Amino acid sequence: MARMTMIEAIRSAMDVAMEKDPNVVVFGEDAGYFGGVFRCTQGLQKKYGSQRCFDAPISESGIIGAAIGMAVYGLRPCVEIQFADYVYPGYDQLASEASRIRYRSAGEFTVPMTVRMPTGGGIFGGQTHSQSPEALFAHVSGLKTVIPSNPYDAKGLLIASIEDDDPVMFLEPKRLYNGPFDGHHDRPVTPWKKHELGEVPEGHYTVPLGKAAIRREGGDVTVLAYGTMVHVALTAAEETGVDAEIIDLRTILPLDLEAIEASVRKTGRCVIVVEATKTCGFSAELMAVVMEGCFHHLEAPVIRVTGWDTPYPHAHEWDYFPGPKRVGAALKKVMEQA
Amino acid sequence: MSKKKGQPGPLSLYVPEPECRPGDHPDFSEMLIPKAGEARKPPVDVDPMEIPDLAYSVIRVLNKKGEAVGPWAGELDDEQLVEGLRHMMTLRAFDARMQMAQRQGKTSFYMQALGEEAVACAFRMAMQPGDMNFPTYRQQGLLIASGYPIETMMNQIYSNERDPVKGRQLPVMYASQEHGYFTISGNLATQFIQAVGWAMGSAIKGDAKIAAGWIGEGSTAENDFHSALVFASTYKPPVVLNVVNNQWAISTFQGIARGNAATFASRGLGFGLPSLRVDGNDYLAVFAVAKWAIERARKNLGPTLIEFVTYRAGAHSTSDDPTGYRPKDESSTWPLGDPIDRLKQHLILKGKWSEERHTQAKAQIESEILQAQKEAEKHGTLHNGPHVPAGTMFEDVYKEPPIHLIRQRQEAGI
Repeated sequence: MARMTMIEAIRSAMDVAMEKDPNVVVFGEDAGYFGGVFRCTQGLQKKYGSQRCFDAPISESGIIGAAIGMAVYGLRPCVEIQFADYVYPGYDQLASEASRIRYRSAGEFTVPMTVRMPTGGGIFGGQTHSQSPEALFAHVSGLKTVIPSNPYDAKGLLIASIEDDDPVMFLEPKRLYNGPFDGHHDRPVTPWKKHELGEVPEGHYTVPLGKAAIRREGGDVTVLAYGTMVHVALTAAEETGVDAEIIDLRTILPLDLEAIEASVRKTGRCVIVVEATKTCGFSAELMAVVMEGCFHHLEAPVIRVTGWDTPYPHAHEWDYFPGPKRVGAALKKVMEQA
Repeated sequence: MSKKKGQPGPLSLYVPEPECRPGDHPDFSEMLIPKAGEARKPPVDVDPMEIPDLAYSVIRVLNKKGEAVGPWAGELDDEQLVEGLRHMMTLRAFDARMQMAQRQGKTSFYMQALGEEAVACAFRMAMQPGDMNFPTYRQQGLLIASGYPIETMMNQIYSNERDPVKGRQLPVMYASQEHGYFTISGNLATQFIQAVGWAMGSAIKGDAKIAAGWIGEGSTAENDFHSALVFASTYKPPVVLNVVNNQWAISTFQGIARGNAATFASRGLGFGLPSLRVDGNDYLAVFAVAKWAIERARKNLGPTLIEFVTYRAGAHSTSDDPTGYRPKDESSTWPLGDPIDRLKQHLILKGKWSEERHTQAKAQIESEILQAQKEAEKHGTLHNGPHVPAGTMFEDVYKEPPIHLIRQRQEAGI
């Protein structure tokens, strides 16, 4: 076991995957020689050569389109989009192509491709370096969408994504790269080395896609969260004293319906905590899943805590970000309602 | 208000218009058509910067008399030429049958390659097994020239119980790994960059296979065309990038995608790609240029951009009526002629074909296609079925169905 940041864990995942399978290739903007703006691919070009890890032109449609072609050829590309906010020029290649090639060809052609991208706010990135566009991927039949919350999961999930035979969107909460972030932006940063999930095996292992993890067992209320919000929710539970069961979804598609239903049926209450904007966001899907599967077990209306339906602001980042105060208030409110 | 160039304001927007519209007499007098045999043939390892002229000229082999002339001639023997003629005749007869089947209500939609048969048929003959095409919806000639069963194509068009893609795709959206035919999208241009990526894969693995990307002149305006050229230019993978300029993108003439400037081939020059313009209705020229570009790719000399100058003699699809936007007789006055007539004339001139043999061959091909159609219809048509079982629509979304799809299939009860 080693202590790793989320960046190191992600890098280790690609390293292990490239070592194991010569068909794994890595490329993206600044991802070759320099190792990426967040350094996730650092050292891979040196170790595996420029045929397997290289810089790409600033063209997201090109990166994703070329990766699809490579995957169809028989490689397992794992490409980096510099920020999730930049993925839109490549969205047609995801929504119309990668997601449907297996289906439209009845399995004749497949796309084992992973598209990594830093997601979410908390770093004063303004409207173009802070977005959480996961719902745009989860809405597309044929894509899988993964959002880890810690180094251990990030490595295991990324290896599982690269080894998966379908296209996987791998969203990395950038505020978690260097430490768990509980939403208290005015407190000193905690490093991953002090966190138990910062302990990461050096070799190969996988965390299965489509399986949620219970981060805190509790009997009062179920909190559904992923990525950065898992840590915010844990802190809110601690600060309010509400005995919350906190579920880290890890993969939003496929969604672990059984884990969600089992927990909400047990607690009878549910708070959904998502960083993305509210309207038509993935929080809406989670609420629908709870209503469809658990309505008769509910003792109070389900509450959502999300980003506001505005573009992500720069100066007012902490008024936008759904921090522990807002989550705590929701936990108290859901407990007060009969 | 008259527009004076070079004078300040008032400004006006320039919107290109074709030379002729319905009711006008077709006029191709402005079109540059060099004599057959005139364009030079550079060695395959030529520096692209030395051949910019080939992006503006038209490489042609067959002259008006039907003789094969010039440096691009002599690539095919008589047997191959007869085979090529049969492929084009098969494609035309197949298209006619399927067009009629659509009109008879046996399927929803059809798209012919009428008038541009030489492009895909001749290109395919220059490829090797294992090479991969990323086609548009009008390259069914690639399948026919590679011996893909006609009946299987019909099964796809009918979405019947033997449809290889299980009734999931519009007619003509074929897919065959074995025949080097990537699954057709139906969205435009997306396949062009994918072809480049596939070729990058072949290069990364040290393989010997090449890819061919296909795009229509209209969709060269899409960003995927440009990202494909960027990636092709940067990584120099073994790919041939084919622009089929059939003059019309549904009702929109080629000048809207191109502007009244330069040529589609010349788009490649700024990327440092060898860029060739070829007579797309000349089977011999298409084959010779395809062979040159494929050889270049396979020798690790990098990509080539080719513009095939042809004419979409039919409607865009069965949902289109071209009389609404172009003169009725435009196709018959197209100055590069008909690809089947031209190859037929060449073979007759060489004494390897005759009107009689042509009539016989046509009858034989039509009867084979009719036979295949009867066979395909035994396995269903779109509206009358049978289709593959409806429950299969939940399959192949992912390799393994996730829980939400399992539940939805249970809910659907299929």
